[in-house]
Amino acid sequence: MLSSHGEIRSFGDEKYKVVGTRPIRHDGTDKVTGRAVYGGDTRLPGMLYGQVLRSPHAHARIRSIDSSKAEALDGVKSVVTAADLPPTASDEMVDLGEGPARVKFMRDNILATDKVLYRGHAVAGVAATSPHIADEALSLIEVDYEVLPPVVTVLEAMKEGAPLIHEDLTTMELGEDTDKNSNIASHMQHTLGDVEQAMAGAHLTAEFEVHTSSVHQGYIEPQNATAFWNQDGMLTIWTSTQGAFTAQRQLGAILGVPVARIKVVPQEIGGGFGGKIPVYLEPVASLLSRQTGHPVKLIMSRADVFEATGPTPGSYIRVTMGVDSSGKLVAAEAYIAFEAGGYPGSPVFAAAMCVFACYDIPNCLVDFYDVVVNKPRSFAYRAPGSTHVAFAVEKVMDELAAKLGVDALELRIQNAATEGMRRSDGIVYPRIGCKECLEVARDHDHFKTPLEGPNRGRGVAVGYWFNIGFKSSVTASVNNDGSVNLVEGSTDIGGTRTSIAMQFAETLGLAAEDINPSVGDTSAIGYTDVTGGSRVTYATGWAAYEAAQDVKAQMLKRVAMVWEVEDDEVEFDDGVFRHKTDASKSLNFKELAAKLDDTGGPVVGNGSVDPAAGVGGSFCVNIVDLEVDPETGKVDILRFTAIQDAGKAIHPSYVEGQMQGGSVQGIGWGLNEEYFFTDEGRMANSSFLDYRIPTTLDLPMIDTVIVEVPNPGHPFGVRGVGEASIAPPPAAIACAIKNAVGAQLCVLPMRPDRILAALDEAGDRVSVAAG
Amino acid sequence: MVWIPSLMQKLTGGAEQVAVTGATVRQIINELEAAYPGFRARLVNEEEDRLRPDVAVAVDGEISNEGMRRKVGESSEVNFLPAMSGG
Repeated sequence: MLSSHGEIRSFGDEKYKVVGTRPIRHDGTDKVTGRAVYGGDTRLPGMLYGQVLRSPHAHARIRSIDSSKAEALDGVKSVVTAADLPPTASDEMVDLGEGPARVKFMRDNILATDKVLYRGHAVAGVAATSPHIADEALSLIEVDYEVLPPVVTVLEAMKEGAPLIHEDLTTMELGEDTDKNSNIASHMQHTLGDVEQAMAGAHLTAEFEVHTSSVHQGYIEPQNATAFWNQDGMLTIWTSTQGAFTAQRQLGAILGVPVARIKVVPQEIGGGFGGKIPVYLEPVASLLSRQTGHPVKLIMSRADVFEATGPTPGSYIRVTMGVDSSGKLVAAEAYIAFEAGGYPGSPVFAAAMCVFACYDIPNCLVDFYDVVVNKPRSFAYRAPGSTHVAFAVEKVMDELAAKLGVDALELRIQNAATEGMRRSDGIVYPRIGCKECLEVARDHDHFKTPLEGPNRGRGVAVGYWFNIGFKSSVTASVNNDGSVNLVEGSTDIGGTRTSIAMQFAETLGLAAEDINPSVGDTSAIGYTDVTGGSRVTYATGWAAYEAAQDVKAQMLKRVAMVWEVEDDEVEFDDGVFRHKTDASKSLNFKELAAKLDDTGGPVVGNGSVDPAAGVGGSFCVNIVDLEVDPETGKVDILRFTAIQDAGKAIHPSYVEGQMQGGSVQGIGWGLNEEYFFTDEGRMANSSFLDYRIPTTLDLPMIDTVIVEVPNPGHPFGVRGVGEASIAPPPAAIACAIKNAVGAQLCVLPMRPDRILAALDEAGDRVSVAAG
Repeated sequence: MVWIPSLMQKLTGGAEQVAVTGATVRQIINELEAAYPGFRARLVNEEEDRLRPDVAVAVDGEISNEGMRRKVGESSEVNFLPAMSGG
């Protein structure tokens, strides 16, 4: 069906009343009137202001820190360093819900102990009566550094003889310590079939080698935290976070405090995209508060956000793929090396899961490396790792299509992943929507419309994100007017209050507007993992479904009490409580809610889930038309269509918003965005003036098609939709540039100078007609 | 049937798949250890009696969040693979 918004192509036959509609978001008024309370709005009596001293060097040993002059400054209340953090064992781990983390690395990233590993690495924190005094105090702290040579690219860091960032780091290979001192923290491998033999027997092969730069999530709201460590030992944190419980666990591990003594209050969040899962300022604010007895608030500057929080890593990737004479993929090989930043833990594992996920390939070999470099510790960014590998794989697919003389989209459809296929990491797919998305692309008006004009080209690419389940909790309290207060543990980033409330409402035959959703702090709701991995509408929505089932069960008992009949004589159908045999007896939800006071009091339903099975992955296909100016290398995006499998779109507008947002970020990654480092490891563009994210002036309307291939692993067929849309844009743009002007781009971002260089390399800086 | 990660196949003499019996992942690991000594040390954190943080297990295509307690059917397929890691 074609809606007034985007197009929806459904491959399911389920009918719903609330799910699939577009109600106004519950938090909309507060957001558009400016009344929503963000972390930066936090004001507490007696509050002090903190600042953080950061390293000017990318790699240096700290010989000493002298804060005596800063402490003597009028208005300064406290100075803290790593010496104020409790010691931790070198191998102590903490489970953060989205994977384990080594406490020592987390702690050293908060405040450097003996070495600074990147420019911007925090060294000391100051609390003062004003931000300006705190700022001045930073300049009075004397740090004696022994400057060391930095290593800022992954291939340099992997070389024999490269300066070691951690002298004691050795390469791990799936549980085996190689005892080899190196910047390579781990080497892993996936194999499927016999890639050597299959590649040797291939009719055609193609190889592509790519380099990508560090890219920031680019959220508008900077990191912030306000801490108050009360005299009774209770620590409260108000912060902008993607996961209050995850922040609580990190704080407990770093500060050596039981989680029972820590309350994290998640404020409204001005964007995260993965970057607000780790804590940065929270432990420093906590230490300063404990020392002063006052609340202490810290906010990062934009430069701090760029230099001291985790971007997605830079990478080096080499992909080779082979086909038989019919175009069937027979073998694929990938070498993937990611820059973890100062501490191990890049998303290279996810990249290795995604690299060949879109295609049915019986023989695969994937070698992947997690490598430390002198850059900020990398962290998640929307489909972490998937965009990197899609750039390489999709370029190879286009090259194979060219060699075979077939249409590149048809080659993708021929080889598309389908149910029952075994991926290179060994996982076998349940029902998925890869082929459906590609076929919808082939049949789309955009693809069928000829592109005319010089220096214009069209590109197509597909990307994947596997999505995650994890733990979620929801509590529902029925009011006597039939409305329901719904408390959930998931930070609302993309409108999930509403998408969760809609699933609750659907289950009980209510309207979305009957539900009052809110996000609870860590003392108000059961444990809930991060808002990440495209999991919230899936898992927290499922928890809401379970809470609604709990409410329904309790309400059935109440209606039996009202009618003075046995429990098994009543039923709930289509939003109405009925007597099974007496048609005169029926009450809708609101009528029954009015009788709760006389039938036992409040009804409170709970739902908690931890789904591992049934998490459905999502695929996204892009069609992009663009024009290249061969004189300047500038690229203009003319038309862009994103086609993504949502399983079932709970709130189609929010799904479209996710698809458009991911597409825009992918376009920025493809054309403009990068951390530009000097040889000394200094980021030279740490402001939004120089780190250029796309604006509305750079973009056409991002058209969307929601493909609905229901996920059998969810009550409403939901698949996570927040991430897959960022994976294909750089690849689709690169393919389009090649088709427009013949330039082969193998480095992200595809800046004008790189396009001109590629044209020069091709020996042909002249107009090439589209076709 | 257990799929052996390529980096551990030297323990199985190069075998990519091996057939072992067990009702849980824990029992599967113990059987693997009996047949191919050294397996358990690569997969298990003995101090905490759980899978190592860098190891995940998938049973019948689904990555488990129950670790060694995950039940395994007679015809199940078990994969050990690198875990997503927060570092």
